Amino acid sequence: MQNAIESKGITKKFGNNTVLNDITFSVDESEIFGFIGPDGAGKTTLFRIITTLLLPDEGNMTIFGTDNRTGFRDLRKHIGYMPGRFSLYQDLTVEENLEFYATVFGTTIRENYDLIFDIYSHIEPFRKRLAGQLSGGMKQKLALSCALIHKPKLLVLDEPTTGVDAVSRSEFWDMLKNLRKHDITILVSTPYMDEAMRCDRIALIQNGSLLSVDKPKKIKEGFGKRLYRITANDKYRLLISLRNYELTASAFPFGDSVHVTFRDDVYNQSLIDHFRSDGIEIVKIEETEAGIEDRFLELMEKKPEPQQI
Amino acid sequence: MKDSVVISVRNLVKKFGNFTAVDNLNFEVYKGEIFGFLGANGAGKTTAIRIFSGLSVPTSGDAVVSGFSARQEPEKIKQVIGYMCQKFSLYEDLTVRENITLYGGIYRMSRQLIRERTAELLGKLNFEKYADALISSLPLGLKQKLAFSVAVLHDPGIVFLDEPTGGVDPVTRRQFWEMIYETASRGITVFVTTHYMDEAEYCDRISIMNEGKIVALDTPSELRKQYNASSVEEVFVKIARPDGRLYTA
Repeated sequence: MQNAIESKGITKKFGNNTVLNDITFSVDESEIFGFIGPDGAGKTTLFRIITTLLLPDEGNMTIFGTDNRTGFRDLRKHIGYMPGRFSLYQDLTVEENLEFYATVFGTTIRENYDLIFDIYSHIEPFRKRLAGQLSGGMKQKLALSCALIHKPKLLVLDEPTTGVDAVSRSEFWDMLKNLRKHDITILVSTPYMDEAMRCDRIALIQNGSLLSVDKPKKIKEGFGKRLYRITANDKYRLLISLRNYELTASAFPFGDSVHVTFRDDVYNQSLIDHFRSDGIEIVKIEETEAGIEDRFLELMEKKPEPQQI
Repeated sequence: MKDSVVISVRNLVKKFGNFTAVDNLNFEVYKGEIFGFLGANGAGKTTAIRIFSGLSVPTSGDAVVSGFSARQEPEKIKQVIGYMCQKFSLYEDLTVRENITLYGGIYRMSRQLIRERTAELLGKLNFEKYADALISSLPLGLKQKLAFSVAVLHDPGIVFLDEPTGGVDPVTRRQFWEMIYETASRGITVFVTTHYMDEAEYCDRISIMNEGKIVALDTPSELRKQYNASSVEEVFVKIARPDGRLYTA
């Protein structure tokens, strides 16, 4: 099977600033592939290169076997792109925006209606409303409809769920999953680590470099140490106390607990004594399974920030 | 703690035409508390925060913030609160030092005090080497930490943080929350919104808004108990989609 995307050694600099450093990965056809990383990691720059809007300084990339440097005219017909910033025409109505995008790509709403039905049906009752007057969630659905209306083979979504509440985010991922039956390859970026589990494969990206590329489950399994979950009545004091304990390897707050690893992998009585002398009332210490965010934090520690300003 | 109320909201309503954005809110926030203000997009959070920070006047009812009425003295509220949001907080084309000086001036601090606080703040954040760097040259994480420090530069009784950690890397996000803890431990009330549900667990108390109303308000552990849920995220889903409706084709 041909790869949807083949990226080899992509590097991009803006002035002295290396935004992407030797990015190599491949995406299979019809997979949902996620780029997970914070703002400034290089996700948007990479997506702009993939969508043929920006040329890399080094490296090469093929999309469905076509070189994206020389074949960009043809490729653009097959790529749907939803930028991070809402980029539709605010002074056109919902329907006018969709019609505009369909026309630009030489198609009609009717022709590909089945593809967008799942998503567009939610906003169709408001089709006469100006796009600028839609709520955040509705704008997101309209932008996705517009990116899909020409039946692209590759859909590129740049942080579609940023700033969206937890429930709407979950709904959005359900919609993406439903698109799978149409054989569309989906590339999506997000700063929310919990969304990684919704992808077939993910790439963790930080400071322009890929930290790891694999199935989310495999990435979690890559976590190197035993991980403990500790809860106490006073989280902040617990954290400070753990920082001062000599055998702590890492301690990060996670929800209602602190996730901890120890230098000797397991903890011993001296930890309990340490808590006692700090006056920390421990509710529970239990071993827990590492999540994507635990692994991301572990990888970040191994790879400190390469450049200082 | 309870005798020291920093925000008191009574029968607060805000309407835009026929649309009721904020529908009869009643609650209190205490001194030194970390209060998480949660809700789905469009639930009315931003409208409520705009009232609490003196930017919008209620249609009926009132909110008293640090002793001033949002209805009668919104200008006074603005002087005694701090505010930071994800989208805009600092001027990109000014340096770190210039931004601090500007905000100090806006909050009517004396030149002497601004100088002192600037040195203090730069030291605490380990920021001396960035003092004369343009904000636009700083990574997002540093910007957000600085923006938070500037928002409490004038020692307000309360600081409003509107999605302060959106898009920030997981390490910085946690450092940011340690700054929040430290600020609250100094007696400054922290009123914070977030879409990261694990951050909701870090709050002393949280409220969840839905369609203009506060439908739940308690400590995270108490809410988990009440809703028979293992996490605040689960509580949130149960409240935001009471009929269990998640997306179906």
